[in-house]
Parts: sequence; C-alpha cells; structure tokens
Amino acid sequence: MSIDYSQKIPNNVDLASNKTLQRALEHWQPAYLDWWNEMGPDKTTTAEVYLRTAISVDPKGWAHFDYVKMPEYRWGIFLAPQEAGRTVNFGEHKGQPAWQEVPGEYRSTLRRIIVTQGDTEPASVEQQRHLGMTCPSLYDMRNLFQVNVEEGRHLWAMVYLLHAHFGRDGREEGEALLERRSGDADNPRILTAFNEKTPDWLSFFMFTFITDRDGKFQLAALAESGFDPLARTCKFMLTEEAHHLFVGESGISRIIQRTCEVMAQHKTDDPAKLRSMGVIDLPTLQKYLNFHYSVTSDLYGAEISSNAASFYTNGLKGRYEETKLGDDHRLDTAEYPVMEVVGDRIVTKHVPALTALNERLRDDWVKDVQGGIDRWNKVPEKLGIPFRFTLPHKGFHRKIGIFGELHLSPEGKVISEAEWTHKHRDWLPTEEDRAFVQSLMGRVAEPGKFANWIAPPARGINNQPVDFEYVRFN
Amino acid sequence: MTEIVKQHLIDPGICIRCNTCEETCPVKAITHDSRNYVVKAEVCNDCRACVPPCPTGAIDNWFPIAPGKPWSIEEQFTWDELPAPAAVPVATAIAEPEDVARLTSEATAGQGGPVAAPWSAEKPAVNLYNEKGPITATVAGNFRLTGDKASADIRHIVLDFGGVHFPLLEGQNIGIVPPGTDAQGRPHHVRLYSVASPRDGERPGYHNCALTVKRVTEDHEKKPVKGVCSNYLCDLKKGDKVQVIGPFGSNFLMPNHAGSSLMMICTGTGSAPMRAMTERRRRRIDLKEGGELMLFFGARAPDELPYFGPLMKLPKEFIDINFAFSRVPGQPKQYVQDRIRERHEDVWRQINDENCYIYLCGLKGMEKGVDEAFRDVCRQHGGDWDALLPQLREKSRYHVETY
Ligand SMILES: Cc1cc2nc3c(=O)[nH]c(=O)nc-3n(C[C@H](O)[C@H](O)[C@H](O)COP(=O)(O)OP(=O)(O)OC[C@H]3O[C@@H](n4cnc5c(N)ncnc54)[C@H](O)[C@@H]3O)c2cc1C
Ligand code: SF4
Ligand code: SF4
Repeated sequence: MSIDYSQKIPNNVDLASNKTLQRALEHWQPAYLDWWNEMGPDKTTTAEVYLRTAISVDPKGWAHFDYVKMPEYRWGIFLAPQEAGRTVNFGEHKGQPAWQEVPGEYRSTLRRIIVTQGDTEPASVEQQRHLGMTCPSLYDMRNLFQVNVEEGRHLWAMVYLLHAHFGRDGREEGEALLERRSGDADNPRILTAFNEKTPDWLSFFMFTFITDRDGKFQLAALAESGFDPLARTCKFMLTEEAHHLFVGESGISRIIQRTCEVMAQHKTDDPAKLRSMGVIDLPTLQKYLNFHYSVTSDLYGAEISSNAASFYTNGLKGRYEETKLGDDHRLDTAEYPVMEVVGDRIVTKHVPALTALNERLRDDWVKDVQGGIDRWNKVPEKLGIPFRFTLPHKGFHRKIGIFGELHLSPEGKVISEAEWTHKHRDWLPTEEDRAFVQSLMGRVAEPGKFANWIAPPARGINNQPVDFEYVRFN
Repeated sequence: MTEIVKQHLIDPGICIRCNTCEETCPVKAITHDSRNYVVKAEVCNDCRACVPPCPTGAIDNWFPIAPGKPWSIEEQFTWDELPAPAAVPVATAIAEPEDVARLTSEATAGQGGPVAAPWSAEKPAVNLYNEKGPITATVAGNFRLTGDKASADIRHIVLDFGGVHFPLLEGQNIGIVPPGTDAQGRPHHVRLYSVASPRDGERPGYHNCALTVKRVTEDHEKKPVKGVCSNYLCDLKKGDKVQVIGPFGSNFLMPNHAGSSLMMICTGTGSAPMRAMTERRRRRIDLKEGGELMLFFGARAPDELPYFGPLMKLPKEFIDINFAFSRVPGQPKQYVQDRIRERHEDVWRQINDENCYIYLCGLKGMEKGVDEAFRDVCRQHGGDWDALLPQLREKSRYHVETY
C-alpha cells in the first residue's frame, strides 16, 4: 500500500523524505486501520462527522473543520515547533543541550514510558466503542468521535516516536500496541483503569473529565522531558487533550443543569421521584465521581517511588510546569509532604521530594479536578439548590500505595472491613445505580434534540449553532 | 456616532482553564491566576490565533466597550461570568462590518446604547457572512401586506437559503447589499432588515426567513425620494437572487425560559421582530410555557398595518393586542403611547414582573413618546421611571431598536 504522505498523513516531520520511517509506517498503517475498523466506534463507517483535523501546527492549520467519514480521518504526526537552544531543565543533566536522539543509557526506560503512555490511547477508543449507539444528541456524538480520532492520533504520535527513535524494538512495541485489548483477560491494556468498562455516557463524561485529566498531567510532565522529540510531541498532544477535558466537564455540567432544572421545577430532591422523571439524581452523580476519582488516582502510582525519582534525576520526566517552578530543579535536599497512616490516624510526614514526585503530580491533578468541581457547583448554586459536589479523601477506595490495604470513608476516616462492606453502597455506584443510568441511554440523533437527562450546551462547536447537523448519516 | 471599540474577553462560565490559549498566543497576551484565564487588552492585537485551538469557544468574545476603557486583568480575575450589562457579546467568525456596527449603534442610541440579551436568550450566531463572502438567497415569495389604497407599500418577502443552514434568531437582523453602485460609482452600502420569522424559519425545516420591508418613497422630511434598497427588495420577483450578509445583532433577543412574558411596542415595519417572537411563541403554544404576550402596535389605519389579518386570528388568551390608529376618519388620533397610558394597570404590573421583557421597534423618534408614557404610568402608581429604567436595562429587560 503506498501513501501520499503529505495528504494522507499530514505531518511536520518531513515524512516524505525519510525512507526508513516511511517503510516502518507503511507496515504499521494497514494494521492500524484494521484495528480501527475492528475496535473503533461501532457502526460509523458511512457517517460523516463534523470533525476538527490538524493539518499543520500553526494556529491556522491545526483546527481545520469539515465533514469527514471516520475511517478516512487523516491521522497526522505533529510535534510542537522546535525551540532553539532548548536544554534539559532538571535533574543531573540540567543545563546540557536537550537530546535529539535517545541517550543509550535511558533507552529502555524511555521506551517503557512511551509505550505506557501510548497504550492508554487505543484503550480509550476500545472502551468507548459502543457509545455512539446511545448518544444523547448529535452534538455529543460528534464530540465522542472527535475524542476518538484524537486518541487515535495520539497513538500515532507515540508510534511515530517508537519508529523514529527505537528501531526494531520500537516497531515491535508499535505492533503490540495494536494487539492488546482493553479488558481482555489474556492480553489486557497495561494500566488497570484502562481495562474498566465505559458502559454509558455518564461514565464517558466522568472518564474524560477525570481520567483524561490524568493524561493531561502525565503529558505535561513528559512535555518537560530532556528528550526533545518526546517533549515536543506531548506539547502538541496537550492542546488536543484539552478538548477531551472540555467534553467531560461540560457534559457533567449539563447533566447537573438538567437535574437541577427538574428539581427546581418540581420542588423535590427525592432521588426516586427524580429518577422516575428520567433525570440522574445528584447523589448518584456524586457516587460516579467518587468511583472515577479514586480509580484514576491509582494511575499516579505509589506515593513514594524510586522509579519516579530516577526518571526525574535522569531528565526523562519532569514536574508539572517544571520551568515555571522557582527552585533548583534538582531536588537533592528538598522535601515534600505525603500522608501516612498511624493506627487509625492519618498524619503528614515529610519525605525527600525526589521520591514523592508521583504524589506531587497527583496533588497537581487533584487541584485541577477540584477547580472543575467548583465550576460544577455553580450550577445548583445558581438555581438555589443546596447540594454541592465534593471530592472524597485521597485515600478513599484506593488499590495502590499507602491506602491500598485499608478502607477509608469519603471523609477520610479509617474504617473496618465490616463497615466498608456495609457502607460502600452509599459511596460508590451500585449495580442498581448503573442499571438505572443504563436505562436512560437511548440514541437521540436529530439535530437540535437532546436526551431528557442532559441539557443542551451553551454553545455549538466552531461557532456552529447547537442544532447544527454535526453528524450526517447516509 | 459613537466609536465602538471591542475588547477580547474569555467567558469564565465556559472556559475549562486548559491553558491552550496561553500556549498559542504569539504575543503572550493571555495569563491566568488560580481562578480565571484573562486577556491583557493592551497586549492583544486581535490576531485570533487563539480562537481555533480553544476547545470550548470560551475565548471567542469581543465585547464593545467605551473607547479607551478596557477591563483590566484584575477585574477579569474576579469574574464568574462575563459582565452582562452595557456589553454586547459578539462571537465572531469574521469581524463585523463597520457599516453594520455604525447602524446598530445608531439603532440602540434611543435607549442610550445596547443592552445585553436576556439571560435565557439563545446564543446567537453572528457575522457568518460578510460583503466579501455573502450568502445567496432566492426569493420564494413577495406579498403586499398593506391594503391596496394604503399610502405605504409594506411587503412580506420570503428568502430561501437553498438548503444551507443560516442560523437566525428572532430579533436579529440580516444585511442586504443592493446590487449596483451609487452616484459616485461606489458599491452601495449595506442595509439592515429585521428577521420576521422565528428561528426555525418561515416554514420549519426549509432554511428560509421572511422580511417585512417598507418601500421608501419619501425621506424623513417627506421629500420624494426612491430608497435604493427598499425599492430593490419590494420589486423582487419569485426566483430572483439576493446577496445576504450577517446575521447581526446579539442583544434584541427574546428570553427562552418558561414563564417569561413579552411586552412588544412597535410601529410600521418595527413589527417584524415582534412577528418573529410572537410566531415563535405561537408554535410552542402546546408546551404551555406560561408567560404573557402584550402588543402595542401603531399605524395610520388598519389597512396600513402589516400582519393585521393574521394578528386578528390569534386567540385572546395567547396575546393581548392593542392597536393605535392615527388616521382613521372621524376618530381621534391614537398613538401607541396613548394605549400604553390606557392600559396602565397591566403595564405597571408587567414593568414590575421580573419575567417580563420589553421591546420597542420602529421609526426613530417613537421611543420618546413611549418613554413619556412609561413615565406617566409610573407616576400614576407612585413609581419613578427614571430610577426604574436603568434597572430594567441592567436586567436586560428593556430593548430599543429604532431606525
Ligand atoms: C437595525 C435595523 C433594522 C431595520 N429593520 C427594517 C425592517 O425590518 N424593515 C424595513 O423596511 N426597514 C428596516 N430598517 C431600515 C432599512 O435598513 C433601510 O434603512 C430602509 O429600508 C431604507 O433603505 P433604502 O435603501 O430604501 O433608502 P436609502 O436609499 O438608504 O435612503 C433614501 C432616503 O430615505 C430616508 N429613509 C431611510 N429609511 C427611511 C424610512 N424608513 N422612512 C423614511 N425615510 C427613510 C433616508 O434618510 C434617505 O434620505 C432597519 C434598519 C436598522 C438599522
Ligand atoms: S487574539 Fe491573538 S493576540 Fe489576542 S489573545 Fe488571541 S492569540 Fe493573543
Ligand atoms: S483555550 Fe479556551 S478553554 Fe482553554 S483556557 Fe483558553 S479560553 Fe479557556
């Protein structure tokens, strides 16, 4: 299969003149398309979707809007423009020129980092595969597909790095990325959260709001990397990731809006009544929030990690907004507070900052999630409804790290196994909750119409009206 | 003519604080604190490089401001939403043509400048087409609305956009560029016309809209003159092509929330936006959204009044109509302000109803008489119009468009 490179794969890596890379991608692309056809959005091969495609990295080119048939989406390879004279900005190589080639001693670590990041991208596509069949509107369907094609493009971005910089190993890893499957017992995706199901739109919005935000922070930390091609790739991916966060944040906000409207109209906060009127009661939303928040928190790994320390010292993975932080960027003597459980009390202790980098990134993420929750809370506030969403304690429902073996209430009280068994149904979505949410899912595919459980958005996409025909079926 | 200067602002109610715009801006005009992303007015050069990458559209706001008085970033940091009063959100795909900005600012001068749209109004699309790239419409119908003997020739002109979705809201205007050139050989400048059909079109699903156009045969001083654009429009035949630009206007919009009431006051072709709003509510009558419609409509005589027939057919419970005729032989002259005074009880009740929104549209000058009538109604009920009016404006409850 021959490819017209600038057209089929818009890129800013001069693909047309790089024969080795071409050959590698020529081999990989058909397998990718097979994967997309098998695992990409269900029954969408003929639909034309109003999508944003990046055709170059400058502001004019990277948001090109048009109707596209999904399998014909032009997945491109884009790196943020190179910064002249960029240096490694942290760790023991601080001040040296940033690496344009993989340093031999970090080869396997870097490969692992890239593969782990890359593995999350096709995983979400697989997790979201059936959602098009139950979309609450054409507007939402379009956003789902935009998220999906961008996940696909992020996979391309990582595979490009593997192919361009890791030779045969890289090619093999690239193939393996297409072989693993989310939730497959024999060959699952690398990270647990990416093997959870995304069964309904509420989960999808929570996932994009919370779990894609983990993506944002991981990418941001990698965008600081001393390995320049990785840094530039992640930088560009970050601008796309923003759309996913938007889909999640506004999606939940619209659900809250709709529920609150019904609450105000019928002057009730009774979950049973609200459910009978076909909207999702706020306590159920809080349970979903608790679930996605705690499961995603595990993605950052253990609070104390020597791996994280060596990634940092070696200049591979920095902190969030590394260059904006005003310290020595070496952290040889700095400390950072982490939690510790003593008996049934949770106390704070100071540990070497180098080993606490996972926790630090998690804390940055928590702050960002909290910002979004504060914005959600404005919705009931505006309608005079007293309910407010809160984040559960960091130790709630964790599987990894110091809280992994313990049970905590959302308020952060250490509780017994028995109490947990008794109470967790109030804190996490139950089978009945999930079945109820599932029962609301039905496809609404008429321009300008929205499912009863979600309010229309405040604005359309790209200045189009809300009732624009975002997806055309043929 | 007041000069309109626009400031680039980020809508904190929509922005997700993703930092994309700050990354993108070539001149570093964007910054943030823990609460908001903001644009430094003195740095931003309106290059719009930040617009396509923003995932939410939050960045796409250019607000008119008093010249030389931009909001500082400190002020912007405190916002939870964009400041509504005195500001006109203009979400732009392209810049608004200068002529249009001038005409719009003149049309709202009668109330001391533009008033923001009601909080529940649908977000309008504006400036999708300009003179360099107009949309072509086909005339689908052109009917005379006024009686055969009436002095004014007012027409109902239906434009079809040929299957192209051209989003319009009640209360918005479209621009018509008459073909040909003026006496100096320059292309004619654009004229604005109110959309006279509701947002789903004259016929739902057909991507069309109606205009209510008066043939101008004498100028404001009553001297004979042949108005360029109005005559061009009134003479169009079915099938003729027309160049349209716009849509324009993001203030004179109707509320959307259930229970909201409209008080509409108009003369002549000022009835166009009122027809659009009334028709919107009529089509949704089965939804029983509540709210009252009250109309004051002035003309010389019944057969000079556009839409007289259809208006008379509307149920009394749906709309409370008050005509005022100034030239009916054997009857005293009646103006809209006289009818407003007569109906002072209901008018006073509506002025005090937070859910009632008031709209005035018609020939320049009519706002003065109406203003006086409101002042009298207030006085009669122990109220103070001069204190009330700024509050109404603040709450986006009083809208004037006169030309
Ligand atoms: C926001 C806005 C909304 C408008 N909506 C409508 C609408 O729904 N329907 C409609 O018919 N018009 C509407 N107009 C007026 C319209 O834009 C034109 O001004 C009008 O049609 C005259 O244009 P013309 O080209 O025929 O006259 P021109 O050739 O521009 O003017 C000829 C002469 O007539 C005078 N003149 C202009 N308009 C009038 C008038 N209405 N009465 C008396 N003399 C006049 C002018 O001062 C000039 O001396 C609106 C204007 C604005 C600003
Ligand atoms: S319009 Fe241009 S200068 Fe202004 S904030 Fe956006 S990118 Fe920066
Ligand atoms: S790009 Fe848009 S959503 Fe993101 S911070 Fe800027 S204005 Fe907000």
